[in-house]
Amino acid sequence: MSPFLRHTLTVYTKELRETLRDRRTLVSMFVIPTVAIPLLMLGFTVVTVKLVTQAKSETSSVMILGAAQSPAVKAALAANPKLRIVPTDPGYRTAISGKSLRAAVELADDFDQALTESRRSDVRIYHYDGDLKSGIAASELDRFFRDYREKAVQATLSARGLPAALARPYDIARQNVAPPEKVGGAMFGGIIPYIIVLLCFTGAMYPAMDLTAGEKERGTLETLLASPVPRSAIVYGKFFVVLTSALSTVILAGLSTLVSLPLSGWLIGGMVKGAAATAGAGAAATGVMPQINPLGFLVSLGMVVPVAILFAAVLLAVSVFARTYKEAQSYAGPMIMVVIMPTVAAMLPGVELNLGLSLIPILNVSLVSKELVSGTFNPVHLAVIFGSSCVYAAAALAFATQLFKRESVLFRT
Amino acid sequence: MISVHSLTKVFQDRKRGPIRAVDAVSFTCQPGRIYGLLGANGAGKTTVMRLLATLLRPTAGSATVAGYSVTDSPDAVRAHVGFLAASTALYARLTARETLAYFGTLQGMDAGAIAARTDTLARELGMTDFLDRRVGTFSTGMKQKISIARTLIHDPSVIILDEPTLGLDVMAARAILRFVRDCRDRGKTVIYSTHVMPEVERLCDRVGIIHGGRLLAEGTLAELRDRTGKADLEDAFVSVIGAEEEEAA
Repeated sequence: MSPFLRHTLTVYTKELRETLRDRRTLVSMFVIPTVAIPLLMLGFTVVTVKLVTQAKSETSSVMILGAAQSPAVKAALAANPKLRIVPTDPGYRTAISGKSLRAAVELADDFDQALTESRRSDVRIYHYDGDLKSGIAASELDRFFRDYREKAVQATLSARGLPAALARPYDIARQNVAPPEKVGGAMFGGIIPYIIVLLCFTGAMYPAMDLTAGEKERGTLETLLASPVPRSAIVYGKFFVVLTSALSTVILAGLSTLVSLPLSGWLIGGMVKGAAATAGAGAAATGVMPQINPLGFLVSLGMVVPVAILFAAVLLAVSVFARTYKEAQSYAGPMIMVVIMPTVAAMLPGVELNLGLSLIPILNVSLVSKELVSGTFNPVHLAVIFGSSCVYAAAALAFATQLFKRESVLFRT
Repeated sequence: MISVHSLTKVFQDRKRGPIRAVDAVSFTCQPGRIYGLLGANGAGKTTVMRLLATLLRPTAGSATVAGYSVTDSPDAVRAHVGFLAASTALYARLTARETLAYFGTLQGMDAGAIAARTDTLARELGMTDFLDRRVGTFSTGMKQKISIARTLIHDPSVIILDEPTLGLDVMAARAILRFVRDCRDRGKTVIYSTHVMPEVERLCDRVGIIHGGRLLAEGTLAELRDRTGKADLEDAFVSVIGAEEEEAA
């Protein structure tokens, strides 16, 4: 082994040993990806689904306004098991805003009569826009009055001896033709790179600061620099430890995503079916269970490698410039926003990968991950993204190495 | 041996402009001798030592350490020098033995040589009991012993010690001084910076008084006393510094 490699390996081994004995790094490297990811994937989705299904299974409190001489429609509404009719009160608007009432429906006093005379009489539904439970009640009222209208029309047609298809010449049906992994890609394609890129950054952040600014602050850097080891070997040794941490975080996050994503899908499926069965409506769970392409997911983890190199090198450069750990934190903290922005941009609907966007760091990897998890492999995009990311990473590493050779940076006071 | 000729270091400061931290300093330190660099805080002692340890590059002048030029062969200089920086710290999450092994490996030593040298230094410095404990739990005195052992792991011929007794209690400081004397007796070239006068009197063969980056006076303790007409070293030091400050005024 050449002396340079031996020195790099010596620095790497020592730094890795020290890093693995640091609680902060262990938390960001192991605990966050193995605990936070499943918690986010499973806990969050399960709680959401549970809340929605619970809200749907509950009877909605609804108030009828008007319909004074219309006992038939009132009786039909009261017979709907999903609705609970509450006594009429002029303060219905306040009650809906205060969430003590889910929705109200306004009818003409002679609604029943108008219907039999084929005279137009409009229905108005009052609800709380954006509130889940009020929305469910309004939808149920909407569905009820469509059915009620349909039945009235059918009755009129049959009384006059006309065919039922006169008012309803055709039905409309929607059928998903996208395979499950495309559906999964569209659903999770944005969030997966967001989590992976973010964890890759935080995985690199703490060791990068500890190994440079931390060492400066503790006064050990001077000792290390006084040894007969080329500065670049010291930088590479430290760099590879930061990279190891970033990649371990990504790999652990990847594995826990691969495990928890199907698990949460299975749990959601079970819950939706269960809720549908108890509600007595069988058609709720006929949709496709979303999946992600496992190979695409693994390739997208591979695409993160140059991004991890870029993060490790940039964080190392920023941290070596800082005088103290705290100063390094104040530089690295806002950088999280810089990292998040392109991944959020990649989540925006309609943002698709093209050759120009392939050259924008982080955004390119986020977009290609979105494609990859839905099973789309575009070799040109992959090559351009991997190549350009490698160039950025190499430039950042060269910059960090140069900084490490400058007296004014190392002995900055 | 250390040989310094017109060594100069100028730092660029954005607000204050160029600062001559070390200004044309020349001196020689022979093997088997301790050269004391005496000066107040900010006098330039640490910069001289960093220049000799090749952590900084001189702006002008030259120096050879153990026969190697600090500007032309910094790696060779570092391989033959043991440098203990002022208020240096250690890796808290490594044990004492791991710390010594790390610096030994960086010096190109093999595992057997490191183990043997660690045993010798542990015996000489009285640190056998805590070799396998993590450094973070140590007292200041214990840490300083490890730091000195770390400095000498590769048995360098030249030893540069920047205020090695700073912040130590009497017993720990005495142990360090005894060890430095032993190093001299074994023929090492030692350069020792301090602003503690009794240490200089008990330890140093030659003394250089540095102030404002310049070496104002140099010689044996007897020569300095003769030159200033002061029997007490502190008085002699103040006399040298005072004359300079009066001239400046």
